[in-house]
Amino acid sequence: MGKQAVITVRQLVKKFGAFTANDHLSFDVYEGEIFGFLGANGAGKTTAIRILSGLSQPTSGSVRVAGFDAAREPEKIKKNIGYMCQKFSLYEDLTVRENIMLYGGIYGMPKKVIRERCGELLDRLQFSAYGDRLIAGLPLGFRQKLAFSVAVLHQPRIVFLDEPTGGVDPVARRQFWELIYETAAAGITVFVTTHYMDEAEYCDRISIMSEGKIVAIGTPEELKSTWQAASVEEVFVKIARPQHVTI
Amino acid sequence: MKRFAGFVRKEFIHIFRDPLTMIILFVIPALMTLLFGFVITTELKDVRVAFLDLSRDEMTQKIADKISSSGFFMRAGDLENYGEIDGALRSQRVKVVIIFGEHFGRNLLSEGRATLHIVTDGSEPNVATQATSFISAIAADVNRELAGTAVTANLLVQPEVRMVYNPALKSQYMFVPGLITMIMILICALMTSITLTREKEFGTMEALLVSPLKPIQIIMGKVIPYFFLSLIDAVLIILLSRLVFGLEVKGSLFLLWLEVMLYILMSLSLGILISSVAKTMQQAIFITLVGGMLPTVLLSGFIFPVESMPGAYRWVSAVLPPRYFIVILKNIMIKGTGFLHVWKETLILFLFAVFFVVMSIRSFKVRLE
Repeated sequence: MGKQAVITVRQLVKKFGAFTANDHLSFDVYEGEIFGFLGANGAGKTTAIRILSGLSQPTSGSVRVAGFDAAREPEKIKKNIGYMCQKFSLYEDLTVRENIMLYGGIYGMPKKVIRERCGELLDRLQFSAYGDRLIAGLPLGFRQKLAFSVAVLHQPRIVFLDEPTGGVDPVARRQFWELIYETAAAGITVFVTTHYMDEAEYCDRISIMSEGKIVAIGTPEELKSTWQAASVEEVFVKIARPQHVTI
Repeated sequence: MKRFAGFVRKEFIHIFRDPLTMIILFVIPALMTLLFGFVITTELKDVRVAFLDLSRDEMTQKIADKISSSGFFMRAGDLENYGEIDGALRSQRVKVVIIFGEHFGRNLLSEGRATLHIVTDGSEPNVATQATSFISAIAADVNRELAGTAVTANLLVQPEVRMVYNPALKSQYMFVPGLITMIMILICALMTSITLTREKEFGTMEALLVSPLKPIQIIMGKVIPYFFLSLIDAVLIILLSRLVFGLEVKGSLFLLWLEVMLYILMSLSLGILISSVAKTMQQAIFITLVGGMLPTVLLSGFIFPVESMPGAYRWVSAVLPPRYFIVILKNIMIKGTGFLHVWKETLILFLFAVFFVVMSIRSFKVRLE
């Protein structure tokens, strides 16, 4: 693991009126690692990921992503990151190839390069037969892998995945994580939020958020030994669930 | 720029691959034009006509017979004096009253001219105009016959037309300006708000926002295709009304297109504004139809003349941009007036456009927060 930080967050605060969504977050994410960003719904994960990807401005604190300041240079950040959210971000009425060409074009890649990478990508995913099919007719797991591949098509330094595996079966999830490993091995940093605690075990390092604060950060092994738990899920249950919440 | 071109191309693909969009874009405007047009140009047959003959001579009998036997009109009775005209029209017993003044035949022979008055029910403008032109044609026929047979060659029957209730016949061909106004709002506001909210619903908007595309490029990428398609629609409607119904644009075509573009721009920015408020496509459709289409149809002067609205409605109508566009179109297309007559309305439309553009860009930025 290289120790070069590609994301540096110091004392990040984001307020919406009186509500504090991110309360003095500080953490680093290192080049080429898979960083799991965990937390219950409403813990402030989405707010943080939006700030990191240049969509939203921090209220205070310093955020540097891929060497650029999130408050002052969000446009430069956007060129250096990939992004995939729960809803996949592919156009259903466009074919696989048209989607690839579109996103490649949006990221300013030359047509020739897009075509080359499009071919490679389809080969790697064994999707070559489906290049001219509309997305609408393809199964969910298939679309997910494609959406991920499109998000890293322009070879960004960091890719943000916001609950990428929601709603798919365990087999498709396993395959998806294989793609994530390949991507990280190729040097792209992966920043992933997830609900599934078994996925958290796959990460190099994880952080757990609760009520706007980071309450734990480290490798899965470190966290398990600190909290004397058998799994990340147990750690999560011990610390992330606020005491006053009843279900 | 290359990024942007691909983005615009994608928008065209969306449009051309969706049958529903294509129908809304091209089939509905054409159908509406034909439908409205044929409703307006119904065939004239057996229109009930009453005569007020104060002269009762050979000539008036002859003309009355000619009119009654033409097939277009049906003699529904004779009136005794002017006081009966209003009652006859109001009670719907007749649609047209023809008046021969006193000494009609004698005037015609001695002075070479006599006047025939036509009073029609202007609340049915189509019947009224057609009836008038048919009667004028019959009068012209009589003229020719007289010129051929009589000793003095310059005998003339001059019809003098007066319409009651709606003297200027304001809704003649009104459907074309109204239709263009309505369809432009429909396509520009509805389609842009739907396509933008669709991106939100499908999650593709997030992907676009985190991409290096600037918000203004995302908006323009949506606006440009619809701008051109709306222009094509305007051409389609004007061509159809010309070819099928013979409505010619009397004023400057150049001015017409400039005004149409201004209006399209305004409607598009309205659509963007709606999309920033609406979270789903259903909401966008609802807001556009209830907030945009209904008032346009009912209050902009498309169906009911603004002049005849009660005070409160007139105030509501005053804040509806389509109202001004209808006036502009009417002036250019039907009256043939120039920019000097519509500069006020144009300025108001322009201010609306600026307002909506500024608001929509601002709201788009706010949404990113």
